[in-house]
Amino acid sequence: MRTYLDFEKPIAELESKVAELRMLSDSESSIPITDEITRLQQKAQQLMVDTYAKLTPWQKTQVARHPNRPHTVDYVSAFIEDFTPLSGDRYFGEDAAIMGGMGSFRGRSVIVLGHEKGSDTETRLKHNFGMAKPEGYRKAVRLMDLADRFNMPVITLVDTAGAYPGIDAEERGQAEAIARSTDRCLALGVPLISVVIGEGGSGGAVAIATANKILVLEHAIYTVASPEAAASILWKDATRNVEAATNMKITAQDLLQLKVIDTIVPEPLGGAHRDPEKAARNIGDGIAKALGELDGKTPEEIRRHRQDRFLEIGRSI
Amino acid sequence: MSWINKLPPKIRGFLEPKREVPDNLWVKCPETGQMVFYKDLEANQFVFPGSGYHERMTAQARLRHILDNREYERVLVTAVPADPLKFRDSRRYTDRLKDARSETEMDDSVLVGEGRLEGQNVVVAAHDMRFVGGSLGMAAGEAVIAGMLRAVEKKCPFILFAASGGARMQEGILSLMQMPRTTIAVQRLREARLPYIVVLTNPTTGGVTASYAMLGDIHIAEPGALICFAGPRVIQQTIREQLPDGFQRAEYLLAHGMIDMVVHRHHLRETLARLTRLMMRQQGARVSTSMAPGYMNGHGSHKGASIEVRRTSAAGDVVDVEGEPIAAAGKSDPSKAAPRVEATKRDAGTSRPTTPVAKPDTRT
Repeated sequence: MRTYLDFEKPIAELESKVAELRMLSDSESSIPITDEITRLQQKAQQLMVDTYAKLTPWQKTQVARHPNRPHTVDYVSAFIEDFTPLSGDRYFGEDAAIMGGMGSFRGRSVIVLGHEKGSDTETRLKHNFGMAKPEGYRKAVRLMDLADRFNMPVITLVDTAGAYPGIDAEERGQAEAIARSTDRCLALGVPLISVVIGEGGSGGAVAIATANKILVLEHAIYTVASPEAAASILWKDATRNVEAATNMKITAQDLLQLKVIDTIVPEPLGGAHRDPEKAARNIGDGIAKALGELDGKTPEEIRRHRQDRFLEIGRSI
Repeated sequence: MSWINKLPPKIRGFLEPKREVPDNLWVKCPETGQMVFYKDLEANQFVFPGSGYHERMTAQARLRHILDNREYERVLVTAVPADPLKFRDSRRYTDRLKDARSETEMDDSVLVGEGRLEGQNVVVAAHDMRFVGGSLGMAAGEAVIAGMLRAVEKKCPFILFAASGGARMQEGILSLMQMPRTTIAVQRLREARLPYIVVLTNPTTGGVTASYAMLGDIHIAEPGALICFAGPRVIQQTIREQLPDGFQRAEYLLAHGMIDMVVHRHHLRETLARLTRLMMRQQGARVSTSMAPGYMNGHGSHKGASIEVRRTSAAGDVVDVEGEPIAAAGKSDPSKAAPRVEATKRDAGTSRPTTPVAKPDTRT
């Protein structure tokens, strides 16, 4: 079953009408209603184009969090061959909120890291809704070590509301783990390409997104704090989330203008969840292009490129 | 209680700007409620005599308290665009900044100065909670970076007094980007092998803790300081459970291995002086440029743009020339070079099994 967002109501109505008519035309083939179906379908399509061309920041947040939106597991299975998951930070535990492993991306061996939110109650709990604990970030550091040693580019898929705010996470040094992971990203001598596929939330995202090239899906968001958290910090009122989302410049389009990100990856009409395969292809093409641009660079050049990229942020806006 | 408080608000408001003492002549201890005369509190380095509670300090006071003769010279910081997001709120963000500037006499939440600590050169940066909650925005990020790079330039230790509510929401993603940006400067300090000491004060939270404040060589905390990534309020909202006693306080972090020591403010200056002295003592005497590949700095296994360079002196001794090679080569000071060479000789006698001896770099 398809889940519609509140602003998609008119589209939902049209699409259900189309479905109804289809049923009718199947059962009572005597009435020629195919023209009507085509007309309504075109109307729905046009409505979708119009709606998605001018989504507000809050609507984009909703799309980015859509329950059917493809996640890291979906994309990894779509464009990583021979994917071999790797587990554990070797200090304390395994954190399924950040998936990691090695595999093959269009002929190159790569390390893949990505937040995974889960797609039903069971997997959401297993992956802690994509909110990582220190173990997740320490595992990321471990896998980046491997990447450096075996000369494998790193691909990270970012999709988290933020790092997990809990007693156990704090107890084991959440802040330190995030800081070390960012630090490790910056020291990598192999290319690091990040794609924000849904929500890029706060330090929990930066920790694996301090990359040479940052790609953001058309309707994804990347923010200093989730709109709810920002509203709570600014006004001690988490219900002013829409206002926070609007003010904070969190959309891919805003981020490109602020020169924080490099590329916007187009999504299929109506969001990645309406055509996950196409979304995966677009992301794959984006990663391949970004990697190609870094080909032939020495480890030191790659590191310097990444550091210069970040030092430049804010200095020319 | 002052008689001023009893005046009608209008007259009080008229009198208030003339006060030289912040808030009140009397300050109440947040822990015990004890009333202390402001001058006494200041004389006691803002530690309440009864409870030992460490009150917040202004950035200026921090720098003065730690440096010789209470003197410091401000380090120049790159200017940043004001209000890049045109952030709208109940008040304009630019107005908030204006107010904070006039209240604190600072450009932004981080003040950077250089001076001497028991005779040693140091660069010190301090957050000020009065300035939009000590938050990390573009200006604060540039200040931290400027301070660290100044320490690299001067070849001296860098000391940070952290106090922050975290990233500055009004600068959105550009504030978040200060986490990786400042980390780059930390790496430069590390490559130059200069001490980076963090003093975590009450409170240090969010994006500041999750970047440069947790990447020091030594972590010191003041007693009772709240140090965390997610604040207690956020955690309580998430898990809806009572938080353990002393959770996220300095002593708790010490017990959990996140910091090296908890130091009373009265002993901070001597502790910092001792540490920097110990860490800097053999700096001129190093023989080797390479170190065991460390996973945390990531540059160990790769040869490259280390800030450090070696030169071979006429006598064939390895002379340590840290900093920019051109600048260092230009002003070769014989009075400074001599003891360094001697130190190198002395050091060569002692064997260091873990450090492979590297070839002197002859590029310069």
